[in-house]
Order: sequence, then C-alpha cells, then structure tokens
Amino acid sequence: MVPLTWYLILAAFLFCCGLYGALARRNAVAALMGIELMLNAVNINLIAFWRYGDAVEQLQGQMFAIFVIAVAAAEVAVGLALVISVYRGRRTVNLDELDTLKG
Amino acid sequence: MPELPPLPTIQQAIFMMLALVTVVSALIVVLAPNLYHNALGLVAAFFGVAGIYVLLEAEFLAVSQILIYVGAISTLITFAIMLTRGMMYGRTSSNNSMVLTASIMTSLLFLTLWGILGNVEWTEVGAALPDGEQMIATLGQLFVTTYLIPFELMALLLLVALAGALMLARDR
Repeated sequence: MVPLTWYLILAAFLFCCGLYGALARRNAVAALMGIELMLNAVNINLIAFWRYGDAVEQLQGQMFAIFVIAVAAAEVAVGLALVISVYRGRRTVNLDELDTLKG
Repeated sequence: MPELPPLPTIQQAIFMMLALVTVVSALIVVLAPNLYHNALGLVAAFFGVAGIYVLLEAEFLAVSQILIYVGAISTLITFAIMLTRGMMYGRTSSNNSMVLTASIMTSLLFLTLWGILGNVEWTEVGAALPDGEQMIATLGQLFVTTYLIPFELMALLLLVALAGALMLARDR
C-alpha cells in the first residue's frame, strides 16, 4: 500500500499552495481558488486518516469530508456573489484597492 | 555495488502520477498570471484529487468531488471571471505587495510540515473494506440516523447560502 505519509505530504503541499494563492494574489477570484485548494487538502487528510485508521466501517472520515464539500459549495457561492456585487459597485475586484474599512 | 531502493508497487506508481498531476496543476492555479489558466489548473487539480480518493477506496467521494467541484464550483468560478473581466489586464502584476513574504512563509510552512510528517511513526491499520455498494448504503443510512441533525443543518446552510448569494448578486 501507499504509505500514509505520502498522502499527508501531498495534502501539506496543496495546503501551502492554496495559502500562498490566498495571501499573495491580487484578484479576489484567484484568492478564492486558493481557498478551494486548501479545502481539498483538508479532505485528502480526512480520507487518508479514515482509510488508515482502525474504524474503517464507521465511515467517519468520509462523512466529515462530505460535509466539508457541502460547506465549500456554500462558501464559494456566497464568495463569488460578493465578488460580483463588489465589482458592480466599485468596478474592481483587486483586493488591495478594497480598503474602505481601513482607518 | 550499492543496493537500489525497492521499485514502487503499482499503487505507489499510480499515486505518484496522480500526485504529479495534482501538484503541477496546483502550481498553475497559484502561479500562472492569467485567470483563465488558473481556473483550468483548478479543474485539473480537482480531477487529481478525485483520483487520489479512488486510490483511497472512497469512490462515492470521488464521484461527488467531480460532480460538485469540477461540475459546479469550477463553472461558478469561470462565470465570475467572465462577469468581472477587464480588471486584470493592464496591470503590472497579478500579485499584491505581500508576495515575497507570502512565498517565504508558505515555503517554510511546507518544509516544516514535511519535516514533522516524515518523522512521525503512524500506525497504519488499513483494514479491508466492505464492498462498494455496501459502503454507499451505509453512508446513506448514517445520514438519516447518526448524522441526522448535521445533515439537516447542512441542508439549511446550503439553502440560506444560495438564497443569500442570489440576493447579493442580483442586479438592483
């Protein structure tokens, strides 16, 4: 079988990629894509630990991952609606120009 | 003559290919300057992760991943890019001023995680699974027994979030 560590390292790489995207990209949609990558990394971890754990038949890891997917779908719908709404009002989705709340 | 490392098994070879696809497309997602290329890379990364799920014998989750992420979320993202395009051209850079700090921090985080994960001795049970149909039936039963309240809350959350998204994005 594939060692568990390989899955965890792949997930860690995906998470770091997503974190970089969310922190460093200027476009709001690109930052959202980074967040999606991070959520996928979490799901890989959940499934890998489920598969290699000792209560495989209770399917807890799969259950958790399904909930994460559903929440991710809700999050991306609201996030993209916010992006479109901001774009309509400000004609930009560059995150560093959206600084109205900055004192 | 030095001893060669053992050849990877078939599963390990498949894992390596899937991981390569996922890693390369994840890098496209965060590094390519063009937003469309980012979205295409995201689709490829989702397919790679779905392959990883199949390798972990979570077939239902792999199908859900393709349906929800590749089918729905990527489409939504593409629509958002098309509806808000025009602002990402004529710019000097697609990254903000924090790019150097962010890249250093995330590389350090990855190296730290790699160091930690590589040194932990995991107890890998990896028991045999019941067959696929049985597992999906169990999943369905768990949704309406043990996880009934989270399931209903999730349905409510999706309803509220989608109604809220409609409200936000509506043309007033």
